[in-house]
Amino acid sequence: MRKIWPIHGGVHPPFHKTESTSRSIGDAGIPPQLIVSMHQHAGAPAEPIVHPGDYVYKGQIIAQALKNRISANIHAPSSGIVAAIEERTLPHPSNLAGECIVIDTDHKDEWGKTAETGKLEAIPDYKNAEPDLLMERIQQTGIVGLGGAVFPTAVKMAGARQNPIKTFIINGAECEPYITCDDMLMRERSAEIVKGIQIVQHLVKPDECLIGIEDNKPEAIKTMSEACKNVPGIEVVAIPTIYPSGDIKQLIKILTGIEIPAGTRSVNSGILGQNIGTVYSIYQAVVEGKPVVSRITTVTGNGVQHPRNFEALIGSPFAWLAEQAGGYTKMAERLIMGGPMMGFALKDDAIPIVKATNCALFISSTSLHESNSSYSDQPTMPCIRCSKCMDACPVNLLPQQMYWHIRAKDMEKAQAHHLKDCIECGCCSYVCPSHIPLVDYYRFAKAEIRDQQEAQKKADLARERHEFLLYRKEREKREREAKRAAHKAALQKKKEAAARAKAQGQTTNTDKSDDDKADAIKAAVARAQAKKLARQQQNSADKHSTSDQTSTETAKE
Amino acid sequence: MQFKTDTSPFFFSTSNVNTLMLQVLLALMPGTLVMMYFFGWGVLFNIVLAIVFAVTLEAIALYLRKRPVITFLGDFSAIVTAWLLALTLPPLMPWWIVFIGVFFAIIIAKHLYGGLGYNPFNPAMVGFAVLIISFPFEMTQWIQPQSPGHQLYGFIDSLKMVLNAANTPDWDAITMATPLDEVKTGLRSGQHYEQIIKQSPYLQNELQNTWLYSSLAFLLGGLWLLYKKVIDWRIPVALLTTLAGMSFMFHLYDSDQYGSTLLHLFSGAAMLGAFFIATDPVSASTTPLGKLFYGASIGFFIYVIRTWGNYPDAVAFSVLIMNMAVPMIDYYTQPRVLGYKSALVPKKESRNTKQ
Repeated sequence: MRKIWPIHGGVHPPFHKTESTSRSIGDAGIPPQLIVSMHQHAGAPAEPIVHPGDYVYKGQIIAQALKNRISANIHAPSSGIVAAIEERTLPHPSNLAGECIVIDTDHKDEWGKTAETGKLEAIPDYKNAEPDLLMERIQQTGIVGLGGAVFPTAVKMAGARQNPIKTFIINGAECEPYITCDDMLMRERSAEIVKGIQIVQHLVKPDECLIGIEDNKPEAIKTMSEACKNVPGIEVVAIPTIYPSGDIKQLIKILTGIEIPAGTRSVNSGILGQNIGTVYSIYQAVVEGKPVVSRITTVTGNGVQHPRNFEALIGSPFAWLAEQAGGYTKMAERLIMGGPMMGFALKDDAIPIVKATNCALFISSTSLHESNSSYSDQPTMPCIRCSKCMDACPVNLLPQQMYWHIRAKDMEKAQAHHLKDCIECGCCSYVCPSHIPLVDYYRFAKAEIRDQQEAQKKADLARERHEFLLYRKEREKREREAKRAAHKAALQKKKEAAARAKAQGQTTNTDKSDDDKADAIKAAVARAQAKKLARQQQNSADKHSTSDQTSTETAKE
Repeated sequence: MQFKTDTSPFFFSTSNVNTLMLQVLLALMPGTLVMMYFFGWGVLFNIVLAIVFAVTLEAIALYLRKRPVITFLGDFSAIVTAWLLALTLPPLMPWWIVFIGVFFAIIIAKHLYGGLGYNPFNPAMVGFAVLIISFPFEMTQWIQPQSPGHQLYGFIDSLKMVLNAANTPDWDAITMATPLDEVKTGLRSGQHYEQIIKQSPYLQNELQNTWLYSSLAFLLGGLWLLYKKVIDWRIPVALLTTLAGMSFMFHLYDSDQYGSTLLHLFSGAAMLGAFFIATDPVSASTTPLGKLFYGASIGFFIYVIRTWGNYPDAVAFSVLIMNMAVPMIDYYTQPRVLGYKSALVPKKESRNTKQ
């Protein structure tokens, strides 16, 4: 048995997994309209390359990743006509709007015939394929981390290939309540997942591959173990059920005992983590040549008649998914994308799903507190410093102290308590006997600190510019004076020479011209030196300001 | 369709502030019953009076501070404070002394600082400290523990004594010094510890000591709180270990001059203090390491004040002293955060490392 390492804290909320696992993964079908967001991944939004009125095939690239930026391609989830490219409300915590390509589907669901417009060439023999070809494929097909972070997989894999990877961890923990998409994917498509893992193995050559699955998913553990039976180097590890074991840093700690140093990426510590869904996408991209046009999404909660997992086209509206799940019940008062611990509430079901949508949770506002029937009449009370939040914090922070300092608007103290290391998992809010929305305070403080730093940076820049202006004025003044002095000196010499010439009379005519020449040369040399000096100063000042610019640019990234 | 929006998490656990407070009250029951058994109705009167005063004063304070009165009375924190304070008062205390204690606890120590959650000092101990400084005589008159079932004063007599001091008989006839007091007075007068124990019919057999029984009852309640995870083990364990360790060392060094470990642990307020008073979360240290330091320091001060100070018992002053140090303790005992090598407070430069 592999050693399982304990993590600090964690909670055991009611998990509500069985509601959506009684039915197999269904096909959500093709909605009349698909709204495909350009903001589906971490990093820069993709750039549309189609125009309204264009016919697009399923799988055709409709928006391209920005070159040399962290970004990912976006493909048409189904065939149809581009109706519009406009701002639509996105599935975002603030219900922000962003650029979307709206496709009126023709229900033919037709893949394009060429590699540009549809399926790419299948690479069934991926074990003998060129790694570069596979990497290119992962980039082309727009794969992103489907666990929720939606970081472009091509970028992550490129980073992994530059580091020696000891352990490849496949995240099947799925610790959030209600969500079962990875569970069902493992139950139904284990062979494909194993192939996806082998592709990654081929690319990064890890010493070991560990599939971490929480032990409240015995069926998934069983099917995955069977699928991995004859595959060398892959091990299925059942881990204790505790939220948030599915956070990759927590999962790495549980499986290997390694703590990823704060502020670094796991690949720097020789560990690559990928979500089950991501690995499955890699399989589809390589072996089937399919880009990411759909994902498995859990549609659940007491707000829908028949909770179920669906293979849903990216860009399907939430309302469409609810319809596929038998429609709404009277309880549908809230729509949450993601789970109840870290998900966010959406105000409208016309909003489309994105690559990150692992769960659409339709639920009544009271049943969310069903673990505590008296919750609704429990107001927020003052913090009594009982430190239950501290005991529950998986990152080992002091939530009660951070809360105290944030209330006092003492952001420096909050930072001294490692506010930035908070992963916003919600364990502290969950256990708080005073029902304080602690995570909201941390989100607020983080935003506040970001604003302050931004303002500080602007102020610094303005000050530097001002200092440079003063310096430049000073320098120009100096230059003018130097010029004037040189000019004066030359004039003086001329006068002297003239006077001398007068005194000596016409006798030494040639001498005089020699003297004149020498004076002219001297004056020219002085001017040249002054110019040179000025240029040098200018150069160093420029260097100074450019280095500043680059530093601010890197900081922005 | 439109939906309600809110922020995550959308799940909450069952624990509530008032549940925690009720559990504390429940845990106080065994000790309270044992005290009533030995000291009679006076214990009950103290508790009832204190609770009535506390709830009334709390309601007035909440009303004046424009806070929701019913909500905050429902957290039961005033009742816990009153109950704890009442347990530290000698039975058959005149009602107005109880009132003064409760007034300082609820109004001065709690609401003037901002109410529940904002008081830097333990309210019950502030009330006690004020009383023992202002009324040193009344505060040390513990009536003689009665043999079980044989109460010196009945319900009516006790009530009369509490409401009207004129009804009180000569205190000297019915009261006696507490064990810690008796030992202290004896040691001061130059007697040896063994001698004091032998001379006192009451202290001779430590197992017949009523204080021992009430201490054990409070210990029982405290263990239940630990089991229920209402309190953390660190403060009581650190406190009792330090107190036991120090008394053991000094008793070993000179058993004539210093009381035994048993005396220190079971004849005063050590158990009540360790499990119920020092663990008041609002005024105690909150970090894991800080709790150990806080508890140990209280244990240290209890021993020091008991042995070399002027007061027979020292839980209140030790707790108040350490209350003052809590903000500093908490700042310098932050735990090591996941992904960091050391537990040290990050330097200011690290502000920008995220970028």
